[in-house]
Amino acid sequence: MIEVKDLWKSFGENQVLTGIDLHIPRGETLVIMGPSGCGKSVLLRLLTGLMKPDRGQIWFDGLEISTFSKKKLVPIRRRLGMLFQSAALFDFMTVEENVGFTLTQHQGMQNVHSIAKEKLKLVDLHNVEQLKPAEISGGMRKRVGLARAIADDPEVIFYDEPTTGLDPVTGDEINQLMFNLHEKLNVTSVIVTHDMDSAFFVATRMVMLHRGRVIAEGTPEEMKAEENPIVRQFIYSGSRKILDPHLKDTGETIERVES
Amino acid sequence: MPFLISFLEGLGKLTISFLTTLGEATCLTLSAIGLAFQPPYQPKMVLRQSYLIGVTALPIVIFTGIFTGLVVATQGYYQLRVLSAEGTIGGFVSVTIIKELGLVVPAFVMAGRIGASITAELGTMKVTEQIDALEVMAVDPVKYLVVPRLVACTIMLPVLSMFSIAFGLAGGYFVVIKLFNMNGNFFLKNLRAFMYLSSILVSAVKATAFGTSIAIVGCYKGFSVSSADGAEGVGRATTGSAVTAIMIILIIDFFLNHLLYAVLNFK
Repeated sequence: MIEVKDLWKSFGENQVLTGIDLHIPRGETLVIMGPSGCGKSVLLRLLTGLMKPDRGQIWFDGLEISTFSKKKLVPIRRRLGMLFQSAALFDFMTVEENVGFTLTQHQGMQNVHSIAKEKLKLVDLHNVEQLKPAEISGGMRKRVGLARAIADDPEVIFYDEPTTGLDPVTGDEINQLMFNLHEKLNVTSVIVTHDMDSAFFVATRMVMLHRGRVIAEGTPEEMKAEENPIVRQFIYSGSRKILDPHLKDTGETIERVES
Repeated sequence: MPFLISFLEGLGKLTISFLTTLGEATCLTLSAIGLAFQPPYQPKMVLRQSYLIGVTALPIVIFTGIFTGLVVATQGYYQLRVLSAEGTIGGFVSVTIIKELGLVVPAFVMAGRIGASITAELGTMKVTEQIDALEVMAVDPVKYLVVPRLVACTIMLPVLSMFSIAFGLAGGYFVVIKLFNMNGNFFLKNLRAFMYLSSILVSAVKATAFGTSIAIVGCYKGFSVSSADGAEGVGRATTGSAVTAIMIILIIDFFLNHLLYAVLNFK
């Protein structure tokens, strides 16, 4: 679905990405991880068209989009959703207006109440429709951001540091939500994070960036067995616990659920 | 010699930066004007901005208008008395308020109040990734954020200026009647003798240009904040917005005065 070929990006003298190649098939949950400043957020901004690469190509469903103008990107962007690190909710709107924003803008819908309510239910939020973003907690803002990202039924959801700034419990709830959304909606997900618990919980495949290059790539199991010392140090020093999404807490016991 | 080279380097950088800013601001203006005539329109956003820009600013515009009239009439009376021409105070107040201060003072107030507030709002939206969110949601930030502010400012500035002129003239009338015990009818007759419909139309044109420039400067400065600038960058842009808008208002005022009164011979 998304193909990245030899992508380069620099800011002045600072070379941030130095030849990234990626292949993201439909339905996959790809986690892009790496230390701060390795270029993962820049890669996400390039994938969503918020920046243009210096060199290289980005293919989306057979279209080379890296040279597209803003106008030409509109139909592509309508197939995407994104959860921003800060949630990026519009603070002059209510939660309901935020969630229904793309529907009012692109489909001319005036009454988005029922759809907003349904999307908010998917992220376990109830009775917050008329609140302003400033009146809800950080974790709730992320959930609203997620509800907004899925409002127009996107094919791909991008997540930028979805658990950053959240307490561990709320972070785990967001992880569970991302996992559940992927299962329910069968979307392609691209998650940028340096939170290893989150990464191993949701990923079907992972890539690790280091100094602007991909230094390791594979399934979570393959990444755990990776021998590259940089990868090992990053994974094992960054994890509270390596979580398994197939382990479900029933309230009394932890059971393995095979999907 | 090294001093000369560094001076020329500095001058070159300043020129490039000025021309870049001018080019970007012109592109933003043309793009916003073009998008203003393309559907989908944003009537709710335009109304919201018109309320924020126009209605909420009305008390302060009335206040500054009254005091501008009081000051102009007081100063005018004392200066004209030196020439034994205090009888022409009505005309002096009329010309000063309708052609200049009734427009420029509210435009300055609006540059400080609305221009700065637009910059702070858009700058904060930039820092908190809200403008990126708009783009990712395939919504043009210029269309969604700049156009309503531009339309509202362009419409509301002439309206506010008319209020400022009306209350400025009332302030002048009050001073002349109450402080200097002049005949009210004589003042009004003199005031009307120097009041032309064309002057009011020219003032409306000038106020429209002031409104457009306040909105464009406010939006441009807000968009120029980068997400890495943080709160400090927003503060810097906000101050810069008010100062730049005031300077542009004075420049526009000079050129429009010259064009409309000297070249096109409006009264």
